[in-house]
Amino acid sequence: MLEVRGISKTFNAGTINAKKALDQVSLTLNEGDFVTVIGGNGAGKSTLLNAVAGVFNVDEGQIMIDGVEVNRLSEHKRAKFLGRVFQDPMNGTAATMGIDENLALAYRRGKSRTLRWGIQAKEHKLYREMLKELGLGLEDRMTTRVGLLSGGQRQAITLLMATLQRPKLLLLDEHTAALDPKTAAKVLEITQKIVERDHLTTLMITHNMANAIEYGNRLIMMHEGKIIFDVSGEEKKGLQVEDLLHKFTELSGDSASDRMLLS
Amino acid sequence: MSIISLLGALPGSIAQGIIWGIMALGVYITYKVLDLADLTVDGSLCTGGAVAAMLIVNGMNPLLSLLFAFIAGMAAGFITGFIHTKMGIPAILAGILTQLALYSINMRIMGRATQALSVDEYNLIVSLRYINKSILIGLIFAVVIILVSYWFFGTELGSSIRATGSNLNMSRAQGINTDRTKIIGLVLSNGLVALAGGLYAMFQGNADINMGRGAIVIGLAAVIIGEVIFGKIFRNFALKLASIVIGSVIYYVVIAIVIQLGLSTTDLKLFSAVIVAVALSIPYLKNRYFSKGGSKNA
Ligand SMILES: Nc1ncnc2c1ncn2[C@@H]1O[C@H](COP(=O)(O)OP(=O)(O)OP(=O)(O)O)[C@@H](O)[C@H]1O
Ligand SMILES: [Mg+2]
Repeated sequence: MLEVRGISKTFNAGTINAKKALDQVSLTLNEGDFVTVIGGNGAGKSTLLNAVAGVFNVDEGQIMIDGVEVNRLSEHKRAKFLGRVFQDPMNGTAATMGIDENLALAYRRGKSRTLRWGIQAKEHKLYREMLKELGLGLEDRMTTRVGLLSGGQRQAITLLMATLQRPKLLLLDEHTAALDPKTAAKVLEITQKIVERDHLTTLMITHNMANAIEYGNRLIMMHEGKIIFDVSGEEKKGLQVEDLLHKFTELSGDSASDRMLLS
Repeated sequence: MSIISLLGALPGSIAQGIIWGIMALGVYITYKVLDLADLTVDGSLCTGGAVAAMLIVNGMNPLLSLLFAFIAGMAAGFITGFIHTKMGIPAILAGILTQLALYSINMRIMGRATQALSVDEYNLIVSLRYINKSILIGLIFAVVIILVSYWFFGTELGSSIRATGSNLNMSRAQGINTDRTKIIGLVLSNGLVALAGGLYAMFQGNADINMGRGAIVIGLAAVIIGEVIFGKIFRNFALKLASIVIGSVIYYVVIAIVIQLGLSTTDLKLFSAVIVAVALSIPYLKNRYFSKGGSKNA
């Protein structure tokens, strides 16, 4: 579903601030894989997701989504394949627009936007049902401006928006990091539900080791722009948080394992 | 001051306010909907006036000339949009560049700094001579533009323009070509500004190379006055647009009053700048005032 071959990215190349954020990263995701991504601050996790999403062009390497090479496609064109949820709840929704309007924007991801009315009558029913499934009571506030909602509510809506048109790949960048523990758990639960229901191929960055082990069928660890550990199946299920910390120290040669334990 | 002469000046101010209100609708599209400060308007207003005036003196129907004024303004907006989105120049600078270039172009269009348009010679649709008729025609234009805008910004395309102004990241993540939506917004905005320029040239009886100087400030004043006064009651998009035109009328009525009070016309720019600075700071000051009050009550 996703095939990343030897991609590298150096920010501010040629200056004293040059920073190699991705170093020859290769990664292949099969259809239905749910991969959690861990690693210290600055390891290159977000850069990897952003490279896939086309926020910037990579310096070398190839990115294929569902067999299509997307290297040259701009961010908005790649959006056709991707559902994205960001760390900052402000980032995923249009604050000045209603819940229904936000969903309607997402409903048209990958389609041309014409002079037809922005929300068709039949969509209201669909959105109502989807919001009801979230269990946050938002189905009765369809026209409320999203800016008036809490961070957790906004992330839940962003998740809906990311998956309203079934994405080939769902990219979650610490999407629960800004939420309080209870809300974070709720949003993760919704994430799991949607991913399972639609059999979505997913990349989820998290700083929570326990979550990284609990969710998904595969786990990768990044350090200094490289994938240093990649584990899946039974071996992954059997992992303990301590195992991961040991692995990190062993593989990165970095004893500061507290850098991994941000949450 | 003389109340009588003020009352005599009021209808003219209202007509002028409505025409500039149409200009302010254009400013609203960039400043509020797209969240861009576009300074092209100081040039494109004159472009509209120049195009309409030259076409009229060469025999075109004045109403039809406005269509070409509109198109000329759209072209100016396209240039700004293009150099902003495709050449990576910040929007405010892109607008300044286009505005500067338009000075030369506007001179080329007119061949001189002022092109007279006599209401005796041409069948102008608005004029200082017929103020009541001008108010009516201006209102018809404003209402039609507001209704069309209401429809347009409710469509899929229009919604994607609103989304672009609201959240650029989210828009791209949802597959919106934000370069395109910004260009479309700038094109429509400057089209409206130039249309207003065409109307204003007829109204004042000439197109003048300086007619657009400070237009952005007047547009912002109208947008902000409308918002400050009606923001709380008008939630509907069409009513918000209407409040801008009303804001523009209020602005020109206030100008008429201060002129009656003895302010010289050359002091008007200073006065306008002060009004806008004050109006722009009101939301901020209000916020501070209310948040303090809130914490006291809590
Ligand atoms: N746009 C950018 N310009 C310059 N440097 C950048 C940019 N984005 C990321 N970097 C740098 O690249 C490195 C990797 O950053 P990245 O955001 O991918 O880390 P991360 O693994 O997501 O970390 P965190 O857990 O803190 O989110 C960091 O050193 C960061 O400073
Ligand atoms: Mg990150």
